[in-house]
Amino acid sequence: MRVLFDSFTVLAVSAGAVFFLAGTVGLLRFPDSLSRLHALTKADNLGLGLVVLGLLPQATGPLVALKLITVWLLAQLAGAIVTQLVARAVRRENQEA
Amino acid sequence: MTAAMVLDVGLALLVVAVAVWIVAAGSAFAAVVGFVSFGLLLALAWARLAAVDVALTEAAIGSGVTGALLMTAASRLRPTESRSAGERPGAFLHVVAAVLAVLVSAGLAALVLIPASPAPSLAPAAAVHLPELDVLNPVTAVLMAYRAVDTLLEKIVLLLALIGVWSLAPDRFWGGAPGLWPRSRPDGELTLLARLLPPIGIVVGIYILWVGAIAPGGAFQGGAILAAMWLLIMIAGLRPVPEIHRQWLRLVLVVGPAVFLTVGFAGFFLPNGFLSYPAQFTKPLIIVIEVVLTLSIAAILGLLVAGPPERERQR
Amino acid sequence: MAEFLIAAAGFVLAMVALGLARILRGPGDADRMMAAQLLGTGGIAALLLLAAGTDVPAAVDAALTLALLAAFVAVAFVNNAPRTDAAERRATDG
Repeated sequence: MRVLFDSFTVLAVSAGAVFFLAGTVGLLRFPDSLSRLHALTKADNLGLGLVVLGLLPQATGPLVALKLITVWLLAQLAGAIVTQLVARAVRRENQEA
Repeated sequence: MTAAMVLDVGLALLVVAVAVWIVAAGSAFAAVVGFVSFGLLLALAWARLAAVDVALTEAAIGSGVTGALLMTAASRLRPTESRSAGERPGAFLHVVAAVLAVLVSAGLAALVLIPASPAPSLAPAAAVHLPELDVLNPVTAVLMAYRAVDTLLEKIVLLLALIGVWSLAPDRFWGGAPGLWPRSRPDGELTLLARLLPPIGIVVGIYILWVGAIAPGGAFQGGAILAAMWLLIMIAGLRPVPEIHRQWLRLVLVVGPAVFLTVGFAGFFLPNGFLSYPAQFTKPLIIVIEVVLTLSIAAILGLLVAGPPERERQR
Repeated sequence: MAEFLIAAAGFVLAMVALGLARILRGPGDADRMMAAQLLGTGGIAALLLLAAGTDVPAAVDAALTLALLAAFVAVAFVNNAPRTDAAERRATDG
């Protein structure tokens, strides 16, 4: 059972790390601000989500698991709102330019 | 070479690199964004040093109150920024700064490279009395019992800082409400965030305060989180910024330090000196002080970010 | 397991640190905010991984705090932006 849990952790965390890689590459390489914003959301949602999912089998108790899920939900909410706010700011910057 | 060593060395290099970059940054805004990132890296570094109390404080203050404060300052300075960028400090200032920096670096290097052995430590002495205090987190024990006077003075300094900010108000605005003009539309995403986040944030803030007795956490971290939630509600315009002449507001601001001082003076008559707690009430007294301090810290930090009064007092 | 989790924390941190180049290059303030946001998310992930990998359970509380306040600096950024634009326009007009 332990082996199964551990290999699940390795798989999910590695997949999450790949999304962080993708988010960074997108942020650095995409040509305009709105595309870069799109890349950012991948790391926010999937990257952190998969890391949390992978860490759940390693949680020492129900409270820790609950906190892990709360962290992900909060990051989701923050990510969604910040993306909207920053997109508005980008549009304003473009209008002025 | 283990993964942990690679991580630690990389983190240390990153902290130094970001620090250098902040100093060299072209615009105040870029420097502030860099500083917020710097705070996050520091929180990670403190967590690696097993000082999670400090990591928690850095996370709560750096990504909340200080970030918002500096962001506001950078925005307000922007119209005059290009003018002040042309002013260069003189040669004398350069030399003094260089000498001081070299002295500090040399001192730190000496401490790290030639460590005293055994390293001086008060940790065993602090740990030995923890059961008597009924407080299992040694950091809380130091802050609330062993060095309570430092904590008390710290809170009074916070109050003085707020009075300093308020004193920047022009006479006609005295007693009025601080700036912090809400800019959001009532159906916008900011309103959604300000409705959803504070209930969760208040629970987390109280949890962080409460867990401070046995694990990293405490009044300052909890208060900083509550302050951020209050600011969010005010920025979204869901609740007005209070006018600073309000009695209830002044009461909340001073209740923490006042209760702390009262307990301190009671120590002269009951046990044996300033800020010494009677043995059988130590834990309840510490809890009462922490709860009222959290309230005052939240109010003070929130108003520090809100800034000086900018609106006339309503009659 | 611990070794893997620490290595993963290091990898995630290295990735988002590369993203910091955006703060350097900009070009707009919004791009800088994005890099800070990415570092924030990566920092949360790294803290969670370290909490499990190095057995520092309280680091989860620090991650919780960071996640709670993740949007706060961006909110301050947006709240301040319109006001300065108006002030700048006044400064150039006058």
